Amino acid sequence: MEPQSPPLVRLTIDDQPVAVPADTTIWEAARGMGIHIPVLCHHPKLRPVAVCRVCAVDVEKSRVMPAACIRQVEEGIVVRTDTDRVRRARKTLVELLLAEHPTPCAKHARSHDCELELLGEQLDITSPRFSIRPSSFVLRPFPPDPSSAVIAVDLNACILCDRCIRACDEVQVNEVIGRAEKGHRAHIVFDDGKPMGESTCVSCGECQAYCPTGALIDKPLMQVKAPSTVQTVDSVCPYCGVGCGVTYHVHDNTIVQVTGRTDGHTEGRLCVKGRYGFDYSHHPQRLTVPLIRKDEAYPKQPLSADFTDYKEFRDSLRSPEWNERIRETFREATWDEALDLSARRLMDIKTRFGSGALAGFGSAKVTNEEAYLFQKLIRTVFGTNNVDHCTRLCHASSVAALMETIGSGAVSNIFQEALDADVLLVIGSNANENHPVAATYFKQAAKRGVTLIVMDPRRPPLANQATHYVRFKPGTDVALLNGLMHVILRDGLHDDAFVRERTENFEALREMVQQYPPDVVEKITGVPREMIERIAFAYGRAERAMIFWGMGISQHTTGTDNARCLISLCLLTGNIGRRGTGLHPLRGQNNVQGASDVGLIPFALPGYQRVDDLAVRTKFERAWGVPLDPRPGLTVVEIMHAALHGDIKGMLMMGENPFLSDPNMNKVRKALQALDFLVVQDIFLTETAEFADVILPASTAAEKEGTYVNTNRMVQLGRKAVDPPGQARIDGDILIDLANRMMEIEAGVRGQGSGVRKWEYRTSRDVWDEIVPLTPLFDGITYDEMARRTVIWPHDEQIIFTQTFPRGRGKFVPAEFAPANELPDAEYPFVLNTGRVLQHWHTGTMTRRTKALDEIAPEPFVEVAPDDLTRLGVRDGDWVTVASRRGVITLRTKASTKVSPGSVFIPFHFKEAAVNLLTNDALDPYGKIPEFKFCAVRVEKAR
Amino acid sequence: MDASRCILTREMETIPNLTDIDIYIQHGGYQTVEKALKMMKPEEVVKAVTDSGLKGRGGAGFPTGRKWSLLANRFPRYLCCNADESEPASFKDRKLLEGNPHRVIEGMILTSYANGINLGYIYIRGEFFQIIEQMDRAFAQAYERGYLGKNILGTGFDLDLYTHPGAGAYICGEETGLIESLEGNRPYPRLKPPYFPAAIGLWQAPTIVNNVETMADVALVVEHGADWFKGFGTEDSTGSRLFGLCGHVKKPGLYELESTITLRSLIYDVGGGVRGDKKLKAVIPGGISAPVLTPDELDVTMEFGEMAKAGTMGGTGGVVVMDETVCMVDALLNISMFARHESCGQCTPCREGMPWINDMLRRIEQGHGRQEDIDLLLDVCFNIEGRTVCVFGQAPGVWPTRSFIVKYLPEFQAHIEQHKCVVLPVEESYLRKENVEMLGVGVFRAKNS
Repeated sequence: MEPQSPPLVRLTIDDQPVAVPADTTIWEAARGMGIHIPVLCHHPKLRPVAVCRVCAVDVEKSRVMPAACIRQVEEGIVVRTDTDRVRRARKTLVELLLAEHPTPCAKHARSHDCELELLGEQLDITSPRFSIRPSSFVLRPFPPDPSSAVIAVDLNACILCDRCIRACDEVQVNEVIGRAEKGHRAHIVFDDGKPMGESTCVSCGECQAYCPTGALIDKPLMQVKAPSTVQTVDSVCPYCGVGCGVTYHVHDNTIVQVTGRTDGHTEGRLCVKGRYGFDYSHHPQRLTVPLIRKDEAYPKQPLSADFTDYKEFRDSLRSPEWNERIRETFREATWDEALDLSARRLMDIKTRFGSGALAGFGSAKVTNEEAYLFQKLIRTVFGTNNVDHCTRLCHASSVAALMETIGSGAVSNIFQEALDADVLLVIGSNANENHPVAATYFKQAAKRGVTLIVMDPRRPPLANQATHYVRFKPGTDVALLNGLMHVILRDGLHDDAFVRERTENFEALREMVQQYPPDVVEKITGVPREMIERIAFAYGRAERAMIFWGMGISQHTTGTDNARCLISLCLLTGNIGRRGTGLHPLRGQNNVQGASDVGLIPFALPGYQRVDDLAVRTKFERAWGVPLDPRPGLTVVEIMHAALHGDIKGMLMMGENPFLSDPNMNKVRKALQALDFLVVQDIFLTETAEFADVILPASTAAEKEGTYVNTNRMVQLGRKAVDPPGQARIDGDILIDLANRMMEIEAGVRGQGSGVRKWEYRTSRDVWDEIVPLTPLFDGITYDEMARRTVIWPHDEQIIFTQTFPRGRGKFVPAEFAPANELPDAEYPFVLNTGRVLQHWHTGTMTRRTKALDEIAPEPFVEVAPDDLTRLGVRDGDWVTVASRRGVITLRTKASTKVSPGSVFIPFHFKEAAVNLLTNDALDPYGKIPEFKFCAVRVEKAR
Repeated sequence: MDASRCILTREMETIPNLTDIDIYIQHGGYQTVEKALKMMKPEEVVKAVTDSGLKGRGGAGFPTGRKWSLLANRFPRYLCCNADESEPASFKDRKLLEGNPHRVIEGMILTSYANGINLGYIYIRGEFFQIIEQMDRAFAQAYERGYLGKNILGTGFDLDLYTHPGAGAYICGEETGLIESLEGNRPYPRLKPPYFPAAIGLWQAPTIVNNVETMADVALVVEHGADWFKGFGTEDSTGSRLFGLCGHVKKPGLYELESTITLRSLIYDVGGGVRGDKKLKAVIPGGISAPVLTPDELDVTMEFGEMAKAGTMGGTGGVVVMDETVCMVDALLNISMFARHESCGQCTPCREGMPWINDMLRRIEQGHGRQEDIDLLLDVCFNIEGRTVCVFGQAPGVWPTRSFIVKYLPEFQAHIEQHKCVVLPVEESYLRKENVEMLGVGVFRAKNS
């Protein structure tokens, strides 16, 4: 059947007839004809509000002059956009607005694009008629508000167009900006009139992106001279798995500003990191020369880890010089020397102790092409599958469960479909801070009436928008989810047909959840039975329900079981394979999906093709020309354990900082010290690099071309904006050189001479062209296509598992509740939870070296419930020590009702109070993920 | 004045403690509600009100029956009785609520019954806190007696009524501003179209917003019938009206009269003439939003239609009398101060225009005016009228400004020419009506200037 086209309305604009769909506004209709009606408050991406009235037009027979931006067309109307009356009204309005507008305002002075001043120029307003102001009680000038780290506020330039309010309320749904006072005294306010920097503003910058004048503009983060030669480069944000499209504004090989790409999948939205966290690329501490450890600097010692003076540490982050001890430890070297040494020593270990004594940590921050080269280097040159990256620390358990039950670790639906769902279940995810732009879609959905269920022991900001917020005892996810399934089965809310046709092992699940009636679950989880039933009804009765989860689910020793339960809940109700349904584990790193896709994991070659599968191995051996190890390699934490025990002797580390990111730091330190030879390639001298023998200066995302896969399975092309500093090289080139040198040495040892198949890739595109034929999930994806639009694997299918699952039927894997590995006791009475804050990224290597982010969130803290603070006899902001069986740190308290009494929360970005000194390295038996989210600690007033 | 023709106020003037429901019932109160709910169909109530020719008493004079007939055919629907009386010189609703709250409640019940409404609010200006308390008591009594709540008088009709204190701004009385305020938002008026309350009102539902006096009139219409009601006033303006007479008159106060009375008679016969027997200089006939009338223009009746023909409006019935001592620039400055202060600030023309009108008038009044200021004032007026979200910009803003300037141009010019405040003799201060010609919108030319 042909889709019915909407009825057309015929009208005349400026004597030209036109026919448009009925819900078109006059402004849109005119624009379609090439007639631009000036506007100030209207923006095509925002809901029209018609407050500026600049777009008022003449409509024949109308008593009033309607605002074109909001008035819908009507049959037969005759519109004139340029009559004397219209022009006179427009001019008077603009004159009135210009009367008190600082001219030029900050925006016009910077980039000549204040929309009001441009309109004034266009209307030829030179000497405004409103110039002498006798009034004794004008509010202006407003004092400037410099309180925000990233946005300069000048209310004198504000024309009250409400764009910022709509951007904040309706696009990002942070609801910070409003209006205060009335009449001429009206002005925008943050919260109830706080300075912007002290308000609940999260500095996403959406307001300034829409502001037409200099009222809200980006503070300059980089000093440059003239703005006239700025170039723009479209790329992808280097931070989280959301993968927002960004545009770098480059001047003189320096990024001066980042804006959102409106053609990107997140429609131009960015968060504070993406928009304001770019200047780390130009930080004076960037590594620019290869470094080799001096002979006298053995045995290895940590150089900076014992900082206890916070101020000294922060100063050291800002200083253009490395601290003295680092310079005493390393000497500068040439690339040849550094690469030769690395190749020789690594090959030496391989020769003496075998391939199994080598390992590599790749990174989820590099491109697909570089991740691919890295695992190829480890597998074909090192000759081992001991290759892993930080995916192990985030969604390994989710992926383990998904592979087992469905046969694919990928998300089933994209997060934008939150807007199409009836019910959203967000569990163990602090999306507002960790996936801020994805969270905007959840918040928008909730605002539009979608039932939002948020479940988390620590109350995330998203709970503010939630229909139901469920706080349960930490580590009791399995019991809670089994309880939901119990109610769904008890009341027959499951999808019988789906269970019958597309799943297996249902009876085992039924038996298991039988043992979790609401009153039992209430005892385990602390959630009232009525609430359990309410959530079960909401999810169970929904036509379309979607599940999102994060590290709160995965980073437990029961992480795989937690994910199994979520998958069962989804299968049980048939909520998969359709729009607005499905399973979406929100991916952490910008390329954690891609790095896994191209085989940066110990058990699978590119495309999740298992190394222990002979056919797979044969295919890759033929392509790569070397035999492959059939045994799956060790995982991240296992590699560290092996290093500690001397089984792993040499390592290559690309862009990973396990010293801060891995659990039980003291153990990691010993492991790093125990390595015979460590090569680190990174952009800064990380805590891990302090233990290196050779340090190779690498490049940031803005300095290279390559592709990234985001949480939505979207493969996006990142483009080069600036050159790497000094002698720093892009990671892929370093890997190619290292591989070739090692292969040469190996060939020499074996006497093969020139028989080596040298790696010859000229561009990242060459690498991509090698990846695609080997990796079926990327079938058909080319650079040219990615340059044009956002591509989703596989085959542009936004929704997958519509007919069947990769393993055939979906498998119910019942899980039994088991308590966390280390429960609180009299000695260590608190439960410690760890995670991130909005402004920082993981170990802070990048974000703590950006001005704005460091200014907003300079220090570590421990969130403690107010009642617990009272009990401990400490106040908000006091110094405390937090100790576990593995270590102790000192930091300030932050009174917070986010955590429940008996629980505390510490972010893991801060070296001066590195929470991974405390965490437990007990592993989930399936995903091998450590229990970051739960260990027992003691909190005491610091002396 | 014939007391028997004071259909709205007679009872409250003569019966003590009428605010008490028992006294009210003793005097026949709530019988109309009982009669209507038990014996009339809702359509019959609507028809009676339509037939009565009742026009809304909030200022615009829109026929009440027509307003009801525009309600979108959706449920639920809501009633908002607008008691946010804040038009300067108006104090009729306040008197009515103070004196006879149950009459208003009856009107609200009947309006709700007629229009299928089960929930209503009376939005009372916040400064009237005693009225709010009294209204709460009156509602409580009505609930006790079974005139409100579930299954009223056993008829199966449910109605809940609540008071809502006003948020302290003139704009809260604008019907869509009132609705926003009721919803808990800033009282920024909504755009019309599409937000006509009858179509998309409170909580996005069809909503009736009616004035207090209108509600009392509805009760009268249903009690006595449309024909009886039409026996008062004129065909154009049926029923009686409440006029608040204030300013320089001997006997200011609230008077219930029929619209057959002329403005001259209202001032000289009812009000006893100008205070101190001074000469009359100007009259604002319907709240300060109404364009001013000169001494030449007093022989006009108070009917809505006649007022409109005279270039002004019946408005809220607040009549302001100004004698020969008044400086018209100063008087307008005062009004513009109000407009400036009460502009909500949502849209640009009014927010930016009002302060300039006010500032330029102050400049003229203080002797610093410039010739071009007159044109500039009228240009700002032009830029507001018909360009704004609501009519506030023109009501207390443009209409008084333009009418004062055009009609009393000599006095404005004297200010500018002599660089000081000049109060001209009455005869010289204003232009004869026939000498004023409006060209285009806002551009004017005076023949004898």
